[in-house]
Amino acid sequence: MKLNTNSNVYTIVYATVIVVIVALLLAVVSSALKPKQAQNVELDRKKQVLSSLNIPLKGVDIEKLYEQLIKEQEIEGKQVLVATLEDGSVKFIIPMRGAGLWGPIWGYIALDDDKNTIYGTYFNHESETPGLGGEITTEYFQNRFVGKHILSADNYGVEIVKGETAGEQVQAISGATITSKGVETMINTTLKEYSPFLNTANLTAQQENDDNHNQEEEVQQ
Amino acid sequence: MKISDKTKEVLLGPLSANNPVIVQVLGICSALAVTVQLKPALVMGIAVTIIVAMSNVIISLLRNTIPMRIRIIVQLVVVAALVTLVSEVLKAFAYDVAMQLSVYIGLIITNCILMGRLEAFAMSNGVWDSFLDGLGNGLGYAIILVIVAFFRELLGSGTLFGLQVIPQWCYEHGYVNNGMMMMPAMALILVGCIIWVHRSINKEEKK
Repeated sequence: MKLNTNSNVYTIVYATVIVVIVALLLAVVSSALKPKQAQNVELDRKKQVLSSLNIPLKGVDIEKLYEQLIKEQEIEGKQVLVATLEDGSVKFIIPMRGAGLWGPIWGYIALDDDKNTIYGTYFNHESETPGLGGEITTEYFQNRFVGKHILSADNYGVEIVKGETAGEQVQAISGATITSKGVETMINTTLKEYSPFLNTANLTAQQENDDNHNQEEEVQQ
Repeated sequence: MKISDKTKEVLLGPLSANNPVIVQVLGICSALAVTVQLKPALVMGIAVTIIVAMSNVIISLLRNTIPMRIRIIVQLVVVAALVTLVSEVLKAFAYDVAMQLSVYIGLIITNCILMGRLEAFAMSNGVWDSFLDGLGNGLGYAIILVIVAFFRELLGSGTLFGLQVIPQWCYEHGYVNNGMMMMPAMALILVGCIIWVHRSINKEEKK
């Protein structure tokens, strides 16, 4: 039998059949791999959280370390990750989301137990320009926040400025003003949302851990 | 099985004499984007090789049934399906690399090598030859990617596959990684250098 492969009916039927087959195939594969992919996404999230604590992650069992150090808690209706480091000090990690220049940016900010001093940060982005806005993922930028205080300004938050910095200011990335501002806005809006948690903590935790904390700060410096 | 001259030509031709990147100058765009480090370049090369070979086989199997008027669409559907499969598998088993390659896996669909091979070879040749042709072209592409990535990672970050190879005392004596190598433009210049070397070696083949 010789089919006329150029007839309209044949063309339409052929297209339909092939699309249905492909759609079925992709649907099956996608649902089969979904659990494994979700696991990877979760592992990646844990890695990001841990990296906000300035923990070197090369060759470390992420799952185990996360299990050991971090407890997810709901405080004042907000999700806070409470980390207890190996030296016994407590850090609070707050997840953040915001907007960069081209797309979403996100990150984690780890605070000391006075809920004021920044212990570490982690930022990532979806589509910022590599070499410019993309630099927010680098250690040198993330380390610029370490040791700054979120209560020093008039409001909660940090201030990211161009060029020379003084006191509590954090230096922006040259050529990436909008992304840097995006990071600033992200941190400040998130901290504002968390103000109930940050307020109350300030009174109690500060007194209890004052001595403890002073020592820590010296070590860091 | 005895390997005939034609088979050899189909498989080995694209590796050098008829290389898709440096002779036919196809697929340059992704060659620039994923060659900052060796690992993503290698994964990209393997992914493209698998996809070209598989889609060549499928199209070659279907070649007598495909309606001429929608043949490009059928080719695209096949390629897109394979690319989606590869991207799903990578996300499940090599998440880091999948994130690094991000959109470029998806963009394999538009890689000129694929459509070129399907249209020029698979539509008019047998299954076995088409498979070899896909394999050869994919590997030809992968080789160039790996060569470019080797130089870019070595000179740009001082590492290979993420391992430090330039010793610390070089840095202490004033050696600096070349930041230019991280930029896409350097990939183009490196590809140019490879073409230069390749052409001066293969003078007699160029008429």
